[in-house]
Amino acid sequence: MVTVRSAQFPKASAKAIQDPHLQRLLGRIMRQLRDARAMAVDDISEQEWELLRQRARDIKAEAINHLDYYLDLLDRSVRRNGGYVHFVRTAAEANETVLTIAKRQGVKHVVKAKSMVTEEIGLTAFLEREGIETVETDLGEFIVQLAQEPSSHIVVPALHKSRQDVSELFQRKLQTQPTTDVDELCGITREKLRERFVEAEMGITGANFLVAETGTVVLVTNEGNGRMTTSLPRVHVVVAGLEKVVPALEDVGVFLKLLARSATGQRMTSYTTFASGPRGPSDEDGTEEFHLVIVDNGRTKLLRDEELREALYCIRCGACSNVCPVYGKVGGHAYGWVYSGPIGAVLAPVLTSQKQAKHLPYASTLCGACRDVCPVKIDLPKLLLRLRQHAAEGGPQGRRINTWMERLLVRRWSGAVRTRQAMERSLGLARLLQKPLLRSVPVPLRGSWTKDRDFPVVASESFHHLWKARLGRTES
Amino acid sequence: MALCVTCLVDTFYPQVGEAVVNVLRRLGVDVTFPEDQTCCGQPAYNEGFQRDATAVARRLIDLFQDAEYVVVPSGSCAAMIKVHYPKLFHDDPDMLAKAEELAGRTYELSDFLVNVLQITEAGASFAGKATYQESCHLLRELHVSSEPRALVQGVQGTELVEMDQCDECCGFGGLFAVRYPHISAAILNEKLQAVEATGADVVVSSDMGCLMHMGGAISRRGMRVRPMHLAELLDQREGRVTW
Repeated sequence: MVTVRSAQFPKASAKAIQDPHLQRLLGRIMRQLRDARAMAVDDISEQEWELLRQRARDIKAEAINHLDYYLDLLDRSVRRNGGYVHFVRTAAEANETVLTIAKRQGVKHVVKAKSMVTEEIGLTAFLEREGIETVETDLGEFIVQLAQEPSSHIVVPALHKSRQDVSELFQRKLQTQPTTDVDELCGITREKLRERFVEAEMGITGANFLVAETGTVVLVTNEGNGRMTTSLPRVHVVVAGLEKVVPALEDVGVFLKLLARSATGQRMTSYTTFASGPRGPSDEDGTEEFHLVIVDNGRTKLLRDEELREALYCIRCGACSNVCPVYGKVGGHAYGWVYSGPIGAVLAPVLTSQKQAKHLPYASTLCGACRDVCPVKIDLPKLLLRLRQHAAEGGPQGRRINTWMERLLVRRWSGAVRTRQAMERSLGLARLLQKPLLRSVPVPLRGSWTKDRDFPVVASESFHHLWKARLGRTES
Repeated sequence: MALCVTCLVDTFYPQVGEAVVNVLRRLGVDVTFPEDQTCCGQPAYNEGFQRDATAVARRLIDLFQDAEYVVVPSGSCAAMIKVHYPKLFHDDPDMLAKAEELAGRTYELSDFLVNVLQITEAGASFAGKATYQESCHLLRELHVSSEPRALVQGVQGTELVEMDQCDECCGFGGLFAVRYPHISAAILNEKLQAVEATGADVVVSSDMGCLMHMGGAISRRGMRVRPMHLAELLDQREGRVTW
């Protein structure tokens, strides 16, 4: 099973900030991704961009609000095309389903294209444990698989590795000559992967979109590995979250314009693959068998919560992470789970556990930069607030889990702002206490805020006093 | 016009409130101040304590029900009233109507000056370079960004120099800065590098939250640049420096 370490966020984030190597990489790559996105978005008019975002959101809302209908339509379309559809509830069920297909087909070697949901369910490690050689063929994923590390970004999995790191990794694991030349490093990868593609009996991909009407799986990639994974092996297995369904083929065009621009700052990715089932009688090539595994794994919990439901609109472009000041400092590993950044902080408490992910909804300044760049206009700060509310007061996504200290502080605050008199009393007390403790007041702030910053002093005269004594008496 | 001064200004920065009053009065505005005001409820709201925030919101809505305009010298608190209050009362039609009505006549200071009073020159004069740090909630929830800049540029003798990534958060985020001081300080560090690179004499913002945060590190490090609320800049007159 996949190990979730989100509960370690406070420690892991502190460690990340003290890692100069990671800070250098984050600083540089986040900036590149942000600038590239901004340029690609500027390439079309603001009005068109906003229209596209709204249209994409409307399409997602239509699909998610009528998920039963569209999943049923998708199921029928895929079967009509000669494919098999498997609806699975949990990660374990999903893994078992893929294993069963592999065993029946006598599969010994699997090639995989990049897919977040397969990382979410831990499919690669599972198949390897079952004795099936499973190779990631996306360059970034290939690197992190070699390094036996989790990916650290939704779109750029090996973001935490420099060219030098990759070179050393290849020397150690693949016994290659030292080189930090990107073309040479890609060449090494390509050479290694070609053999794998040829021997693989099964290709596993995710899906960027599942078209209900036609049963088409749409894959958006840049390296061509997706196309090879869907066409060379005998069997093609698609593993996808149930939220990937869109009603019609024409909807895909809207998303393609948004996705590449938002994710990598491209107008279009190098490859857009449309796979609609196994080869037909008149086709010269193509896969012999086609399976679509549709995964719930907690998603229906999001579906049930009308406010959080829009998290299912996410198309995994990573733009929210790229503009997030918090992600930009702590990186993806600190989140302790496959999905990082603002969307990860929303998904984790629901898809893993509220307790495990309790820190994540608070790992945001609520600056709103994520909401502004989201290609499907997910109101991420609103969703984070909603999860905080559940933790504070209880709600559909969980019990009241905040600490007595937090509740005490809020109760004290509520009491202090209830009336002017109460506030004056609190201010008077603060003035008294701050004198001996000056600049390291109050207790919860000591050593945290004041380690790097001075805390202001409660003014000897509040604005209220100024108003009563002087300002309010002046004629305007 | 009624001033909603915000708890941060009231408690820590009364001089900013005074600057707001001075600027508005100089422009001929009749300023009132409902004396029972305390806080808009944002600290509890952002921590997820909606019930506590709702009680405070109810109180503020009552206090300001007769004001023609409500002016708030904070993007964050103005956004709380304009954007979030109506959400708090989504299932209470009477209060919702009141909240929406209040939202319609509530303005952040620069929004009020530029869009209601139609003023970009407030008669201030300050010789120096100023850089403007966006307040995230003012920028992204109220979409006010050109207004404060126009006001800065309307100050005689002030040159506006933009910093790199002026629209990126300073890392404050209310209690975020207390919960995750290491992350907050790391974000702040980058922000201050951008501020310093402009060579500005003052870093101006429309929110004392951002300025308290930036100012805390500026004073700790003994940096030359001074944090200044927009109202303080607009209250600068020839030969009279208030900081």
